[in-house]
Amino acid sequence: MITGRSIEQGCTKEHAKITDKYMASVTLCEMHPEDMKRLNLKDGDNIKIMTDVGSVVVKVRRSRRIRDQGIIFIPFGPWVNAILPSETGGTGMPPLKGFRVRVEPTSEPVLSLKDLIVKSYGDKG
Amino acid sequence: MQTIYGVVCPFCGCCCDDIEIIVEDNQIYDVRNACSLGASKFMEYHRNRNTRPLIRRDGKLVETSLDEAIERAADILAGASYPLLYGWSNTSCEAVRVGLEIAEEVGGIIDNTTTVCHGPSILAIQEVGLPACTLGQIRHRADLIIYWGSNPWSAHPRHIERYTALAEGRFQRAAWKRYLSKLILETARKKRYRAASLAFKSEVAERLLKEEEEERWFLPPPEERKLVVVDVRKTRSADLADIFIKVRPNEDYEVLQALRALIRDEDLDVDEVAGVPVEDLEKLADLMVNARFGILFFGLGLTMSEGRSRNIEAAIKLTRDLNKYTKFLIMPMRGHFNVTGANVVFTWQTGYPYAVDFSHGYPRYNPGETSAVDVLYRGDVDATLVIASDPVSSFPRKAVENLVRRPLIVIDPCLSSTALMADVVIPSAFVGIEAEGTTYRMDHVPLPLKKVVEPPPGVLPDEEILRRILHRVRERKGKAS
Repeated sequence: MITGRSIEQGCTKEHAKITDKYMASVTLCEMHPEDMKRLNLKDGDNIKIMTDVGSVVVKVRRSRRIRDQGIIFIPFGPWVNAILPSETGGTGMPPLKGFRVRVEPTSEPVLSLKDLIVKSYGDKG
Repeated sequence: MQTIYGVVCPFCGCCCDDIEIIVEDNQIYDVRNACSLGASKFMEYHRNRNTRPLIRRDGKLVETSLDEAIERAADILAGASYPLLYGWSNTSCEAVRVGLEIAEEVGGIIDNTTTVCHGPSILAIQEVGLPACTLGQIRHRADLIIYWGSNPWSAHPRHIERYTALAEGRFQRAAWKRYLSKLILETARKKRYRAASLAFKSEVAERLLKEEEEERWFLPPPEERKLVVVDVRKTRSADLADIFIKVRPNEDYEVLQALRALIRDEDLDVDEVAGVPVEDLEKLADLMVNARFGILFFGLGLTMSEGRSRNIEAAIKLTRDLNKYTKFLIMPMRGHFNVTGANVVFTWQTGYPYAVDFSHGYPRYNPGETSAVDVLYRGDVDATLVIASDPVSSFPRKAVENLVRRPLIVIDPCLSSTALMADVVIPSAFVGIEAEGTTYRMDHVPLPLKKVVEPPPGVLPDEEILRRILHRVRERKGKAS
């Protein structure tokens, strides 16, 4: 999995973090068309991305910008960060690009920001 | 209506200083020259705005007075034994300076967002130096421009237009016409693909598309500017490039070292490196050696993937090797508009650019130990102040778990994911829109941020909020002047 910036995420990342527009921009995973075919997925379907840290549900979209099968891209945001490892290998920088994940189709919904925070970090009230 | 000229954009590290803002009755009506990122900030900054200080009582965030919020923040910081002060890249240098005073006063750790963007770049620069220049020099002179692990189309949309391939320089012509032709051809190719998808089975259409997508090297004449993109995805920036080189994820280091070997006229005993045919690497090495003025811009594709600081070290050494033959420079693509300024002010004040620990009474620096993600992951800190940043959105899970478990103060113009989990939320003015200040462009050029509208009543700039917190902290420690 590669994480990174997208123009849609950039347009909302500073002043609209709790809006649906921001959520839509950072819960959209780009996938190679062949991988989507193999997993029997259509544009807009939900997928569950899993790591040793946890799992998160996002939407999927085919992208020809991804040229190799087995690679997915998702914009930076709280959804993808909820499944990232925190070890920095002595550099201060956690591994935010190029780490292994498992992906499967799911019927579970994409959580809203508040639900995601409560699920991942507990409810402060 | 009034037009304010020469406004510096407070979004990305490009800090475009040709923005024009049309204002009437303390409202922004229009913005000219900005990219979509800058325009969205200037035009929509007031939506989703938080203008009331909030404090957590009985588990709920409730409105309070500014004075009470500041008192509570000072209580938390003065009472903590090892607090973290994090953020700083989306505010002014003046605010950063006060933040450093607070960190020293409370004996805490202060870190800026460099730690999760170009921290590894700084580690590499400290090892091997940096052949640097200003963006103006690149605009006027660069004839070979390489973006490696960077997608300026999405993260720095005017970078190519203002400073590199599409910029009209004194000694280099803009390559607009060439790129327009390329975009027209690309659009036609996509139309052919859609038509083929309708006419044939999808496998046939895919095959046709794949054949057309074979990367070809159509190099412009030697006197014209050339744009190269090296990335793991074919980004929109790659669509513009004369040459796109696709590298396998986590294998940039191998490609950089292979290029170093080729530049030294050594043979490679393999057919490909990280998925790139050696033949293509040889052509790229030739282009680099024969450039009159080359520049390598690198982004998070190098700093966040395997190798991290070693990738940057290899990239800097590559440019160092190239300087035996020609003029070649390298520059990190800094993200937040004042992340460079945060590094600069940290360095003036403490000697170190980020991850500074004052717990011993003097500044210490050891990224990996004193960096924000590490101290949070280990659960070392007992309180956090976050300013102009949203670590709940940008930090990995275990670090966030410890961040929200302890007392948390947030200073931010808007409600963010982090603010939702805070114990004290203090609204602040948007620096560069509602407050003045100084910022540093990615090439270390300082620029003045303008105040184009007044902030909402009672909302103060970051610098003033921090000064009040510092005063209250000093009162608690018996040092108020």
